[in-house]
Amino acid sequence: MGEWKAPAELKYAESDEWLAVAGDIVTIGITDFAQDQLNDIVYVEFKDPGDAVEAGGSFGEVESVKAASELYSAVAGEVIEVNSALEDEPEVVNADPYGAGWMVKIRASSLAGIEGLMDSAAYDAYCDSR
Amino acid sequence: MSYIPHTPAETEVMLAEIGVRSIDELFEAAPATHRFPTLDLPPPMSEMEVAAEMLAISEANDHGQDYAIFRGAGAYHHFIPSVVNHILLRGEFYTAYTPYQPEVSQGTLQATYEYQSMMCALTGMDAANASHYDGATSLAEAITVALEVTRNKRKKVILSHAIHPQYREVARTYHQGRDIRIIGDRGRGEVVDLMEMIDSNTAMIAVQYPNFFGQIDELSALAEAARSNGALLVVVANPMALSILKSPGELGADIVVGEGQPMGVPLGFGGPYLGYFAIRQKHVRKIAGRIIGETQDADGRRAFVMTLRPREQDIKRERATSNICTNQGLMALSASIYMALMGKNGLRRVGELNYHKAHYAAQAINSLDGYSVDMSKPFFNEFVVACPRPVPEINEALLTEGMIGGYDLGQHYFHAQDHMLVCVTEVNGKDEIDRLVEVLGGLS
Amino acid sequence: MGASEARPLLEPLIYDLGAPGRIGVNLPEPDVPETQMPAELLRDDLALPEVGEVQVLRHFVKLSQLNYSIDQGLYPLGSCTMKYNPKVNEDAARLAGFAQLHPLTDESGAQGALYLMRELQQWLGEISGFEAVSLAPAAGAQGEFAGILMIRQYHIDRGEGQRDIILVPNSAHGTNPATVTMAGMSVRELPANDQGNVDMEALHAACEGELRDRIAGMMITVPSTLGLFESTILDVISTVHEAGGLMYMDGANMNALMAVVKPGELGFDVMHYNLHKTFSTPHGGGGPGSGAVGVNEKLRAYLPGPIVDVIEEEDEDGAPLYGFVMPEKSIGRMKAFHGNFGMHLRAYAYIRVYGDSGIRDVTRYAVLNANYLRAKLMRTYTVPYPRYCGHEFVLEGHVDNVDEVHALDISKRLMDYGFHPPTNYFPLIVPEALLIEPTETEVKEDLDAFVEAMEAIAEEARRDPDTLLNAPHTAPVRRLDEVRAVKELVLCCAPALPAGAG
Repeated sequence: MGEWKAPAELKYAESDEWLAVAGDIVTIGITDFAQDQLNDIVYVEFKDPGDAVEAGGSFGEVESVKAASELYSAVAGEVIEVNSALEDEPEVVNADPYGAGWMVKIRASSLAGIEGLMDSAAYDAYCDSR
Repeated sequence: MSYIPHTPAETEVMLAEIGVRSIDELFEAAPATHRFPTLDLPPPMSEMEVAAEMLAISEANDHGQDYAIFRGAGAYHHFIPSVVNHILLRGEFYTAYTPYQPEVSQGTLQATYEYQSMMCALTGMDAANASHYDGATSLAEAITVALEVTRNKRKKVILSHAIHPQYREVARTYHQGRDIRIIGDRGRGEVVDLMEMIDSNTAMIAVQYPNFFGQIDELSALAEAARSNGALLVVVANPMALSILKSPGELGADIVVGEGQPMGVPLGFGGPYLGYFAIRQKHVRKIAGRIIGETQDADGRRAFVMTLRPREQDIKRERATSNICTNQGLMALSASIYMALMGKNGLRRVGELNYHKAHYAAQAINSLDGYSVDMSKPFFNEFVVACPRPVPEINEALLTEGMIGGYDLGQHYFHAQDHMLVCVTEVNGKDEIDRLVEVLGGLS
Repeated sequence: MGASEARPLLEPLIYDLGAPGRIGVNLPEPDVPETQMPAELLRDDLALPEVGEVQVLRHFVKLSQLNYSIDQGLYPLGSCTMKYNPKVNEDAARLAGFAQLHPLTDESGAQGALYLMRELQQWLGEISGFEAVSLAPAAGAQGEFAGILMIRQYHIDRGEGQRDIILVPNSAHGTNPATVTMAGMSVRELPANDQGNVDMEALHAACEGELRDRIAGMMITVPSTLGLFESTILDVISTVHEAGGLMYMDGANMNALMAVVKPGELGFDVMHYNLHKTFSTPHGGGGPGSGAVGVNEKLRAYLPGPIVDVIEEEDEDGAPLYGFVMPEKSIGRMKAFHGNFGMHLRAYAYIRVYGDSGIRDVTRYAVLNANYLRAKLMRTYTVPYPRYCGHEFVLEGHVDNVDEVHALDISKRLMDYGFHPPTNYFPLIVPEALLIEPTETEVKEDLDAFVEAMEAIAEEARRDPDTLLNAPHTAPVRRLDEVRAVKELVLCCAPALPAGAG
């Protein structure tokens, strides 16, 4: 247990994103497990502020040297901010996935998607099982 | 058994090792109802016979050793230094696969990296890929890149009417499954008309340089119009013309594509050629196809490797923007050797020879009764001749005199009946040109 | 081994060679009067190298020596069919009548080339059991694209444009799903069962469930990318057909099928051929390829063009007249002109040499060689799927009880033994996959030497795994820093010109 960090205050998706909910604003990034699996992250690309995102839909993409992964939002809404600092320094996602490595903020039109997510204990177990 | 080396004795030993009595047993999983059909093919032939047959077939064609060629229209008869072919015939290059294992592919990788670098120099771009299939598919792929760069929010693609007709057909083939509109190519093809079509829904506009009629359009204003609307300017350029002309990069292009065949690849009845693709650095991750980058090995020695790999279909699968896998590696090598041999000074001289010879021919033809050459815009090595008779008739007469005449524009442009697109390159000697003018003069 | 002194010297970049004013070719002086060139259109400088002829020649010769190629030895790269590329074909391609033939030559002046293309169309159709063939696509992936566009248009023309799903097994080449997306359609992936075949239950569920009316077709490789004949292939075909879909065969593995089965007779509607695999045209360090497509009657009118047909039948005056035609409902042109003709003529010469009986042997000996290697390597390595393979087979690239050694390490170590590695990590469904395809042109002695090398490597893995982990030791370079390549992203070494120049 606990090989990868998973802060207790966050929610976790099976596709390895974390979500922080504050009112209707949801901040999303990828987990420590995800950044470790991807290894050196060399590129990120997000939707633009103002773009709509569907529940379970893609809000961007992350690339390492040998893999490319789609990024999914568990909630529907509108992208209100993206972490554009990552475009020049994508390695920050590896270094600090839960802090400076955050990716997008979404104003959720519905928080229904949150209910299906895991808490940190469940996510820990989920990571260990893989 | 031709190229199969097995002796019957060896075959027996191998079958015994596998544990079967006959090769047939190895196919038991193939559906029995359809297994082992007969093939209605001709009988086998010896190497001697096949060489003779290939020669006989080849001689049933009107080719550049027997005829003076004055036809271009997207495929150009240029001089190819002998060194090019001697290097191409090295099995280490032409019988190697894609350089997925870089430790044993540094030759292909470095040569391709040098190709990319020289294409950047010619086009004025920052990065080039390892090639597409041909100029037409490079244009089609440029459309995809432009749609991606504008994040699939723009639905309009403008292609000038003065882009090679087949290139425009290919662009439509590629994008028939997409929700976009390709417009612009039913008009006059004048730059001013195209500029008016650009709006905030336009992903890109593409023009040819020199255009299909050989003319050199002024592009700076068009580049500015594209930029101010957030659209990309794609320039389809003949690399041979870039030997002397300002680079599209200098004129404001965002993507430069085109047919690399003039750089050391023979006419070859239309292929294999190579589509070059060059782009500004900020869009480099949107390129499809292989890209070679510099890096180091574990000892810190300089080395080359295929890079930005996750863009490609074998990794990104259904999320890839293109399915391209095989490229035109050997043709890119031809171009690389050609450009290295010609270099800064030689390529310019070849470009100048093309320019002078084409202008010499154009002026002479223009002075013939019944003919006129469109001199309204500058041109490089191709020009349009209005003829006093149908082009096929003229070409038939030229053929009997040992010449392959210009391309009949009436096939593609209804307003260009009896117009011929004539190409003159460095391989056309003055005597050939004079003879062309003489025969044309006799047909007025 | 291990000393970098053993490695060849690296070659400088072409831009680091030469001297100002040097030129690598003798050019003629102008023989016509010069015309003033408009200065405002001209570039100031051209940042190309300045190197002499001998220097250029040696540069590229030295580069060539840093490559491994079929001409040097066994190249058992699975799914790539690295067979011998006959030299006589190269000679043929360089005949003036082919090399100096303009693609827009009037058809009457290109009857040789058109005859050759027409014969090749017929032969490819005969080999695969299809009604019609187009040679237009430039590579396998383009053949796939043409095939899926044809399927799409076929459904649209029947008023079933809602059919937008193409089923693709999870073992498929990446080009398959990428092709579907390019055509504006959707991929639905199908799992394999433990035999490496398509999971029939999943297929039935897809074809008989709520998506039934959206099934446009399926793409499948035969034999599969695992090198296995799919014993249920007829069921797969009829299941998709019953749902109203069409069947696309990825012909990359055709080297295992010639005179074994004809895909058209099995019920496939369309397939592509890789002339650069099955029909020996050289891979050229990454291309060119050539990806003809064959179709049955349903799709004939949709073929990409142009294709060659008889325009005027043969009469007492002589030979028939061949010409290019666009099929009636063609999906269009795939590239300018008429496909990679240089590859067509090599494939023509190849089929001509083997003829009816020889083409049959190509497949038989390709499959014999693969099964021979498989039988011998099974003693040392884990080979999943206990049945005879087609022209290639997959083994698991690890050694028992040596966890740190991976397929990649075995591959790199093979270079030190003088072999090109097999395909690594494909198909994705086998862990540590090494996909091995020897082809029919390899002689038994070389196959035995490859087996010995693989056995020696397994032994080294147990005794001294570092030898593998640090391999290759004798190749021109050691393993590369791929992270650095992406992060630094150096793609061009041409000197930057001052602003306003170039």
